[in-house]
Amino acid sequence: MQRLLERYPPAREHLLEMLHDLQDQNPQHYLSDDAMAAVASYLGLTLSDVKGTASFYSMFSFAPRGRHIIRICASPPCQLLGATTIQAKLREKLHVAVGETTADGAFTLETTSCLGVCGVAPAMMIDDEVYGNLTPERIEVIIDKMRREDEAS
Amino acid sequence: MKLVRSHVLVGIDADSLLAGARQVEQDLIEAVADAGLTDEVRVLETGSLGLVGQGVVIAVYPDRIMYAGVTSNNVAEIVQEHLLKGRVVQRLAVSLPTVKPIRLGGIGLTHEQPRVVLQNCGRIDPESLNEAIAAGAYQGIAKVIEESLSPQDVVQIVSDSGLRGRGGAGFPTGKKWSFTASGPEKYVVCNADEGEPGTFKDRLILEGDPHRLIEGMILAGYAIGAHHGIVYIRGEYALSIERMQNAIHQAYDQGLLGEHILDSAISFSISITKGAGAYVCGEETALIESSEGKRGFPRLKPPFPGAVGLHGKPTVVNNVETLANVAPIVAHGAKWFHTLGTKTCPGTKVYTILGHVATPGLIETEMGTTLREIIYKYGGGMRGGKRFKAALIGGAAGAFVAEDGLDIPMDFDSLREYAAVLGSGAILVLEEGTSIVELLRGILHFFRHESCGQCAPCRVGTQRLVEFIDRISLGRGTSDDLDLLVDVAAIMRDTSFCPLGQSPILPIESALRDFGTEFRARIRTTTEQTA
Repeated sequence: MQRLLERYPPAREHLLEMLHDLQDQNPQHYLSDDAMAAVASYLGLTLSDVKGTASFYSMFSFAPRGRHIIRICASPPCQLLGATTIQAKLREKLHVAVGETTADGAFTLETTSCLGVCGVAPAMMIDDEVYGNLTPERIEVIIDKMRREDEAS
Repeated sequence: MKLVRSHVLVGIDADSLLAGARQVEQDLIEAVADAGLTDEVRVLETGSLGLVGQGVVIAVYPDRIMYAGVTSNNVAEIVQEHLLKGRVVQRLAVSLPTVKPIRLGGIGLTHEQPRVVLQNCGRIDPESLNEAIAAGAYQGIAKVIEESLSPQDVVQIVSDSGLRGRGGAGFPTGKKWSFTASGPEKYVVCNADEGEPGTFKDRLILEGDPHRLIEGMILAGYAIGAHHGIVYIRGEYALSIERMQNAIHQAYDQGLLGEHILDSAISFSISITKGAGAYVCGEETALIESSEGKRGFPRLKPPFPGAVGLHGKPTVVNNVETLANVAPIVAHGAKWFHTLGTKTCPGTKVYTILGHVATPGLIETEMGTTLREIIYKYGGGMRGGKRFKAALIGGAAGAFVAEDGLDIPMDFDSLREYAAVLGSGAILVLEEGTSIVELLRGILHFFRHESCGQCAPCRVGTQRLVEFIDRISLGRGTSDDLDLLVDVAAIMRDTSFCPLGQSPILPIESALRDFGTEFRARIRTTTEQTA
């Protein structure tokens, strides 16, 4: 953790970059209290200051998340082309509400603001991959495929 | 460089990567080699070709033919028929409906566009500095050095060009620059925190022609006397960040960034800041706060960033598209810029056309082009030939324009007369049958989610607006809810700290102006009847 932080000069302007890096390297994709305490001490800030800043941004999480993070777009262009149905399908398929993680720890379902791929609306991101032109049938296929790949590895 | 007979350009952007563009590119290279055409045909990567939602798109030059929806299965045929025998694969359009040859310069998105900002997007390899230079990059800087233009000269050229900020507000760029306070340390900030729903023009500029942006920033820095710039890019835009980082490295390597650029007295450095998911950070002072590693709370203005900006120093914040206009203006002059667009809004505008149109995508046209022309000429008309109902222009912080607004020239001033805004340039087209109530509900939920919570009018107001619209949408609303929707949004416009809270009035008022009956139809009883 310390080595990761020391890639940056100890200046507050690098706080967001550090938080991104720490979250990315955490296998459960979240910012632990330990991680934020390390940043606070490196930058000479209080833990509450670091946590208060991080919690402002929707890309950071403070609770462990699943192996895969599904982020379904909740913006008007996607909504217009059926994102509400897709979100309902995901909730049903995964048996979770938005913000929750599946019992097996495989998926966390989240919403996101516009992903900027409105040409293929409705769209979602799973980890760093964008999926567009979604239909309930495609959701079945995508999730089943990911489950199979996870089991294989 | 060896001359070849044909170039095959593969559009690489977030859309096409998703459809397997890299595999298609690899297959093309192999198929070209198998056909013995390696010396005659070159396969290259470029940015978005302007078509979105149509899978992998490739263009063949000099034939000016484009294929959309290309898969590995079509590659051999395209190479054999088109590249080897010179026959356009028209037949595929019939047997494989997903593959459609489109002649560039015909109809739809590929209709001849007066391109300034997107001049090189979809034509050069965005990862190659040499290609950018061959296409005219860094000529603005070269002119400044060769003709010994002073910083004031550059400000004057940009002022004379009449360039206005493309981020939404339309403030004259030259004026913004000239307002920058004096001081030894200043900053140029490029606002690439593109979060307005339905907008992705900046992403495609970053992915398609990053060197244009670097040059624009250097020129802005020289004009205001800044030696450092930052590009604040949305955290979700992974490919944009990667391409921009690559371009910055190349520029340093070739002496186009750093100390004494091209052995001149100009010095400029650029770094990237990655956002973390907050719409409000698109507001310039919130973006500055976020760049300093804080919560993205907008600052009270004045003082404006030109006086007290990043780290308390004078700072110019410009949108990606604005900065992408700077280099061509400096290189070709203010007069040239005035040959495009309208008198008060010279130049072009980049739009993303979405929703119920035949060919959604990215286009650039002259300022003052009508909405009708944009939808029917460039967007290919309505999807499935349905009737036009309305367009939401400018994203969530934009306004609905009904059929009677189709012939309004699209520029900052004409739209303002119609109580609409150009905003981010997002055009969400809606066909007959679309529920404006539900769309407005989505927009108001969006504002509630994105309100930063710093000031009460916006924090509380966005919550109230959601309650009103939810009641109306569920058929439980009264006419009071309709009145309150407007009243509360008007108070927010007058009292909110930043444009976020000031914006909901735009979609609300325009929706009620043109589609008020739709809202009233959802109200079952009036207050009087309830009482």
